[in-house]
Amino acid sequence: MSALNITKGSSSHSAYDLRDPYAEVIESHTLAVLVDNESGVLARVIGLFSGRGYNIDSLTVAEVDHTGHRSRITIVTRGTPQVIEQIKAQLGRLVPVHAVNDLTVEGPAVQRELALLKVAGKGDARIEALRLAEIFRANVVDSTLESFVFEMTGTPEKIDAFAELMRPLGLREVARTGVAALSRGA
Amino acid sequence: MTQANASAMTGAKMIVKALKDQGVEVVFGYPGGAVLPIYDELFLQNDIRHVLVRHEQGAVHMAEGYARSTGKPGVVLVTSGPGATNAVTGLTDALLDSIPLVVLSGQVPTFMIGTDGFQEADTVGITRPCTKMNWLVKDTAKLAETIHTAFHVATSGRPGPVLVDIPKDVQFAQAEYVAREKIKTSHYQPRVKGDIEAITRLVELIEKAERPVFYTGGGVINSGTAASQLLRELVDATGFPITSTLMGLGAYPASGKNWLGMLGMHGLYEANLAMHGCDLMINIGARFDDRITGRVADFSPHSVKAHIDIDPSSINKVIRVDLPIVGDVGHVLEDMLRIWKSRGRKVNKEGLAKWWAQITEWKAVNCLDYKNSEKTIKPQYALQRLEALTKGMDRYITTEVGQHQMWAAQFLGFEAPNRWMTSGGLGTMGYGLPASIGVQMAHPEALVINVAGEASWLMNMQEMGTAMQFRAPVKQFILNNERLGMVRQWQELLHGERYSHSWSESLPDFVKLAEAFGCKGIKCSDPQDLDDAIMEMIRYDGPVIFDCMVEKHENCFPMIPSGKPHNEMLLGEAETQGVIKAGGAVLV
Ligand SMILES: Cc1ncc(C[n+]2csc(CCOP(=O)(O)OP(=O)(O)O)c2C)c(N)n1
Ligand SMILES: [Mg+2]
Repeated sequence: MSALNITKGSSSHSAYDLRDPYAEVIESHTLAVLVDNESGVLARVIGLFSGRGYNIDSLTVAEVDHTGHRSRITIVTRGTPQVIEQIKAQLGRLVPVHAVNDLTVEGPAVQRELALLKVAGKGDARIEALRLAEIFRANVVDSTLESFVFEMTGTPEKIDAFAELMRPLGLREVARTGVAALSRGA
Repeated sequence: MTQANASAMTGAKMIVKALKDQGVEVVFGYPGGAVLPIYDELFLQNDIRHVLVRHEQGAVHMAEGYARSTGKPGVVLVTSGPGATNAVTGLTDALLDSIPLVVLSGQVPTFMIGTDGFQEADTVGITRPCTKMNWLVKDTAKLAETIHTAFHVATSGRPGPVLVDIPKDVQFAQAEYVAREKIKTSHYQPRVKGDIEAITRLVELIEKAERPVFYTGGGVINSGTAASQLLRELVDATGFPITSTLMGLGAYPASGKNWLGMLGMHGLYEANLAMHGCDLMINIGARFDDRITGRVADFSPHSVKAHIDIDPSSINKVIRVDLPIVGDVGHVLEDMLRIWKSRGRKVNKEGLAKWWAQITEWKAVNCLDYKNSEKTIKPQYALQRLEALTKGMDRYITTEVGQHQMWAAQFLGFEAPNRWMTSGGLGTMGYGLPASIGVQMAHPEALVINVAGEASWLMNMQEMGTAMQFRAPVKQFILNNERLGMVRQWQELLHGERYSHSWSESLPDFVKLAEAFGCKGIKCSDPQDLDDAIMEMIRYDGPVIFDCMVEKHENCFPMIPSGKPHNEMLLGEAETQGVIKAGGAVLV
């Protein structure tokens, strides 16, 4: 070790490129966060993501335990493994957070999203939309002579695929719930 | 009155009772419409002292000074709207430095919330990102419980500031008081014991390391005096060198033989090179802040890194470590010492001897050396004299932010924890004066000195009124370079000597200002007079504003420019020529 060797010169790197050295694969993770259902808790979670520059691809929240007043927030997020670890640790230290589970790493999980899609059209396009809906197991929950509203549940990818097919057939509006997820098994 | 509501009381009464039950002795605050019921209750009792500040930011910094010098949470009371928004800087400061505070704010009555009522602000919304936790209490029945929980959260795990927002009607309404012991200890119970297997692995590394270094931080101080004691035992028994962040000074005594001095951007040469060249880094309660690491990619490239921290999110946030240990510093150190002793107190003596020989070479560089002057007071000299003349006294130091702060860290020696209060994470100019008052409130007999820059000091100088009113004999030792010195230094080194708005013009006459406040003013500009002037300051029984006129263009060295690794340190003026290229200027 030649520690007295102090080289001089400028550098392009900085303490602010924190994530660069670790710029590995970007992974998508689904996190289940169990929180006290009290006012401000969602703002706290969302504020953490925006304040620290993390991504939210999907977020759902609802009270799942009415007696204990617990809500489950399901977040789909993206980042390098290091960032994902940070997100979990940052969530975990929020006071109203009881548990953070990474469904992407903790064994197999089922993910489902519900979507409503309004498709307007006549003639062949309308028939084709109905035919595809059947293949995708989408239900018709509203219909007029010129439109359908389809309801479907599935993985986000399945919904993406269906919406893509509906686009040329007259897709007008899409409403999606975001992902709900549970680990498989007991 | 039925049995059930025998202990019913108004929310305002409940607040004061809850504070008493929490052992609160002093509250720093400022009244207003939305907290009048609480002030009424304060008026009717004598157990809790209320310190009337001059600006709510001052109240929060005072509470920080109080907390840091005692280890107890600081308590603040402010009114709604502007009272609460004025507290935001202090809350952020406390969050970044992990200081336990409980701030109570008034709010418009619940039925007016959302109507843009007079002095209404979304206080919980505004303070959510700058508190560890906050609550809006809409029901008096939940008030006492919330306040007790607030104290629990502020002081558990990694400490931090919390805020309880209390609408005025909640202060008036009656409900049952819930005793401190009755609250269900919330699920919030951060883990304090470290994993024994990991601690044993660290002990194995300690036994073998050739070039180890302890890198300690504010976590040791926050863990309590017992943790500092254990640290001293461990350091002295292993014979390992130790350095500390700005926040951790005093945990290991500056006179200790293994002390390398502070590390980081303005840290000592030997400390930074030891970090760079070590083969085992033991981070105890520090967080790899960017002022410490410099260029992350080149940070201590050849070391195995262990990290002890109570906050799991600190692990691998900036620097990837090989051996994380989540737990309270005191608990982990205790286990570590026990295991290390039981395995025969082994260290690599041969390696250590070589390592110390190397460190001794680095020390010989004498990196804090500066060119003294007969004519002008060098800021370093002023601090050396302050150190010499106050050594051994029951002394507490606070600082403002800038060059003077770094020189204070370099030239003052701290022998004990909780005696050094400085704004580390946020770097808040205006911190030092109110913090010194908070410290003095907790330690009335001690010598409390705020080492200040003239620009920072002006930011909260109104608090001299508080010092006078509450007879806090704080000494304001202002190193007056008539410059925003640290800004000027960066402009000199990074911005082609274009000194854009970095000088202090139209400064007040500090001696006259002292007189206006009713305290003592001392001005000194001749090095020959300095000792006498400092002694006069120390001896004066009351607050002093000491205007120490110092060299205007002195730079603070050593310096690791932003984005540079530890071994690219600037030691003095001669080394700065053309070293820092424009690329470095984008960093703070
Ligand atoms: C509230 C706030 N505003 C701006 C800054 C940026 N800043 C850092 S040091 C400094 C100059 C401080 O001047 P002074 O208090 O006289 O100290 P000196 O560096 O001259 O010792 C400034 C403006 C800051 N840290 N805090
Ligand atoms: Mg100055």
